[in-house]
Amino acid sequence: MDNILSIVTFIPAVAAGILALFLHGDDDAAQRNAKWVALVATTVTFLVSIGIYTGFDPSNTGFQMVEEGEWLLGLKYKMGVDGISVLFVLLTTFIMPLTILASWNVTDRVKEYMIAFLLLETLMLGVFMALDLVLFYLFFEAGLIPMFLIIGIWGGANRIYASFKFFLYTFLGSVLMLVAMVAMYADAGTTDIEALMSHQFSSEGFSVLGVYIVGGMQTLMFLAFFASFAVKMPMWPVHTWLPDAHVQAPTAGSVVLAAILLKMGGYGFLRFSLPMFPVGSAVMTDLVLWMSAIAVVYTSLVALVQEDMKKLIAYSSVAHMGFVTMGIFAANQQGIDGAIFQMISHGFISAALFLCVGVIYDRMHTRDIDAYGGLVIRMPAYALVFMLFTMANVGLPGTSGFIGEFLTLMGAFQVNTWVTAVAATGVIFSAGYALWLYRRVVFGDLIKESLKAMTDMSSRERLIFAPLIVMTILLGVYPSLVTDVIGNSTAALISNYDTALAAAEAVTQTAASH
Amino acid sequence: MIQADLTIILPEIILAVYAMLALIGAVYTSKDGLAPVLVWSTAGLMALLAIWIATNGDGTNVAFNGMFVDDGFARFAKVAILLSAAAVLVMSQDYMARRGLLRFEYPLLVALAAVGMMMMVSAGDLMSLYMGLELQSLSLYVVAALRRDSAKSTEAGLKYFVLGALSSGLLLYGASLVYGFTGTTLFSGIIQTVHHGDVSVGLLFGLIFLISGLAFKVSAVPFHMWTPDVYEGSPTPITAFFATAPKVAAMALFARLLHDAFGGVVKDWQQVIVLLSVLSMLLGAVAAIGQRDIKRLMAFSSIAHMGYALIGLAAGTELGIKAMLMYLAIYVTMNIGTFAFILMMERDGKPVTDIDALRQFAKRDPGKALAVLILMFSLAGVPPMLGFFAKFGVWQAGVSAGLTGLVIVSAIASVIGAFYYLRIVFYMYFGDENDEPVETHSSPVLWTALMGSAALMLVGVVYQFGIEGAAAAAAATLVN
Repeated sequence: MDNILSIVTFIPAVAAGILALFLHGDDDAAQRNAKWVALVATTVTFLVSIGIYTGFDPSNTGFQMVEEGEWLLGLKYKMGVDGISVLFVLLTTFIMPLTILASWNVTDRVKEYMIAFLLLETLMLGVFMALDLVLFYLFFEAGLIPMFLIIGIWGGANRIYASFKFFLYTFLGSVLMLVAMVAMYADAGTTDIEALMSHQFSSEGFSVLGVYIVGGMQTLMFLAFFASFAVKMPMWPVHTWLPDAHVQAPTAGSVVLAAILLKMGGYGFLRFSLPMFPVGSAVMTDLVLWMSAIAVVYTSLVALVQEDMKKLIAYSSVAHMGFVTMGIFAANQQGIDGAIFQMISHGFISAALFLCVGVIYDRMHTRDIDAYGGLVIRMPAYALVFMLFTMANVGLPGTSGFIGEFLTLMGAFQVNTWVTAVAATGVIFSAGYALWLYRRVVFGDLIKESLKAMTDMSSRERLIFAPLIVMTILLGVYPSLVTDVIGNSTAALISNYDTALAAAEAVTQTAASH
Repeated sequence: MIQADLTIILPEIILAVYAMLALIGAVYTSKDGLAPVLVWSTAGLMALLAIWIATNGDGTNVAFNGMFVDDGFARFAKVAILLSAAAVLVMSQDYMARRGLLRFEYPLLVALAAVGMMMMVSAGDLMSLYMGLELQSLSLYVVAALRRDSAKSTEAGLKYFVLGALSSGLLLYGASLVYGFTGTTLFSGIIQTVHHGDVSVGLLFGLIFLISGLAFKVSAVPFHMWTPDVYEGSPTPITAFFATAPKVAAMALFARLLHDAFGGVVKDWQQVIVLLSVLSMLLGAVAAIGQRDIKRLMAFSSIAHMGYALIGLAAGTELGIKAMLMYLAIYVTMNIGTFAFILMMERDGKPVTDIDALRQFAKRDPGKALAVLILMFSLAGVPPMLGFFAKFGVWQAGVSAGLTGLVIVSAIASVIGAFYYLRIVFYMYFGDENDEPVETHSSPVLWTALMGSAALMLVGVVYQFGIEGAAAAAAATLVN
């Protein structure tokens, strides 16, 4: 199959189209059909996407399975994957059937709900495969629309505020990135990501409004992209939209948000910031590293005092993303491998944690930690699953969470010891808030009357968690599954980065010596 | 000689003669009884002319010693003007008829306005520019006050007339200054004087007055004051007309004047256009936030959109004009769809313009709500809708012309502006229930316009019906 990437990307969109055009009515039968169509479509997407994995050659560091075609305004429709993106594609196709299964209890406007999720999947897959700047931006931005509707229509009590904040916050970051993209197009004459990676953007410093900018164009462009990815990631201090969005979104929305949408920021740093603006990245490295360290510690402390389970996990996501940015900007093999590993592993763990909240929310319709306690007595299976993912979140060796945190810390240690020392305390805090959450919800005496009728997980719920458990433990004991795939690509990325920096250094020195 | 000239302006002549004959015919026969027929025949004639112009035009033809220019640029603008005017006409028939507003003058005034607009975009001389502009404006003043028994409509017409007269005065004053300092009213003559180097202060004054007069017509800030009141006061079909064809004509005229007559001194007018553009985008974005009336909201939205289109003009390059033309074509398509929906909104037969009434509309009519959602996101410039590519085009032109600051401001304005488009989506999809929900009275024409325009916003991402090539060719004939 020559165009397997396009096929995988657009299967969900086609299914959404079929739902929109041919499914009428809102009775039980129609709702059931909508759910099954969505489940089948996402599962088929996953099965086909395995073809991408098996056809992928890890020793090749370039883009593979590339498709190319003309598009409007001199832009190109170009798709392809390399070692950095291929696992995100699989993560997306893997998570989506689970979110559909997790939404089996939705009763309000089911057809529209499934259409929104299917379109969202297409757009997310497009982000990870697009090899044209504007095509990337199109997928990146368009994803806001279904997410805006998912939070707004199927969200909680304060959903309107959350949906607007989510949309406008991310939109502001992205339009600045778009301006930088337009400037890149004007400078390089192409929007082809592959060509742009080998294009040298000027790094000669100049003054804007009296402020001297080290790294010139590259630094400005880096900042514009940073505005978008930092919000998406989200990094402290622009993370405030995330807790709101998570708390108000329906369970499946939270899962997609945490497991996939957040990864776009990290992916963007690896795809654009480091390879295209190496000088700009080097100029900003210290700042980003410290922001990451602050994010890890600050958001962990904030997570400690949360009363709402989803909010707590949302803040823990921000903390874990802090490790990711730290690893990326350490810009060495361990750091970047660790960052990608952390993103993949967080994709499974955070998805599972939000699903865990969803399980008890479906029964009790509250997310207050205080409303629970002693669940282990009525729900032993649930307690076991929840414990596994709590431990994975903490970074217990043997789970995938450990590998990511360890590698990023090791990478960062070689670059900046103090940042690493500060960030490492976050590991302890994360144990604090995660275990305390677990203790308050699961252990203790079952004294609350309302909890006494709780039933343990249904077979549908067990089915959702099974693949996540397998992946978390598998990656924990056999991390080469990931590192073998990404290793060569990240090594190439780092060597290009170092070469570009050395070249820019040489230019500055010759200029200085004259 | 005269025969050749007449061949070149044959489309204008046909439309003008048709309008006059139809006027006489209607007066001597059943008057308003003929109105439905006239609406369709006018729209049909306009569509035919548009097809004729699009398929037959070739090269650059000059008539009447350079006063009238028929080139690729003019043809592109004329096709857009004629098609949008025709679309608005057929959309309005049902609305006007049910409210007793369907007078036979209405289609004919629109036809005359269209003649004026065709004249404007083909102007090669300050005199023909003014003739075209006034023919268009006078027709528009009258249709704005078409609902004679409504205070708001009359007020809109009067306000439009007084302020329009002021702007015409400014324009004429500028034209006389330009004539005084260059000794000619022909664009081709002016550009030669200007090319010779120094632009005298007097000529510069003339240029600024001309720009002010035209800025009024495109409703660019700070000459926008009439727009919200006229949009709100006029009957909705008229508002739809104001928001589409005249905007294209005025922007095209703007581009023609600045490039054909002052193409040698881009730097001199660029800063003025940049200022107009920045102010329009920011005011359009901020002022619309407080609006509850969808027609006023669309007025501010059109002010903002003109600001974005002006970026293309400010670039002063071929790429800029191409981007501007594409922006206008896409803008007009979006607005036709949006106004088709506004025309449907009513309760107990009375038009409703309060956006509060849209609450939970998606539950009652998911199809139309989806179409409006697509149009709103397109107006906000969110990909993958076509509205995004319109913005991308002008930004690309702006950045390559070195106007990065302008582009950054417009990026920020587009985020602020996104808020009010999003709010309409929010009302339709997840607002609380309203006691007085809106109903929609849909005719096949309105339904087609709404759905077709929404579909184009999506289909356009894959296939644009050759608009891009046509716009590029049009821009190439204007800037050389």
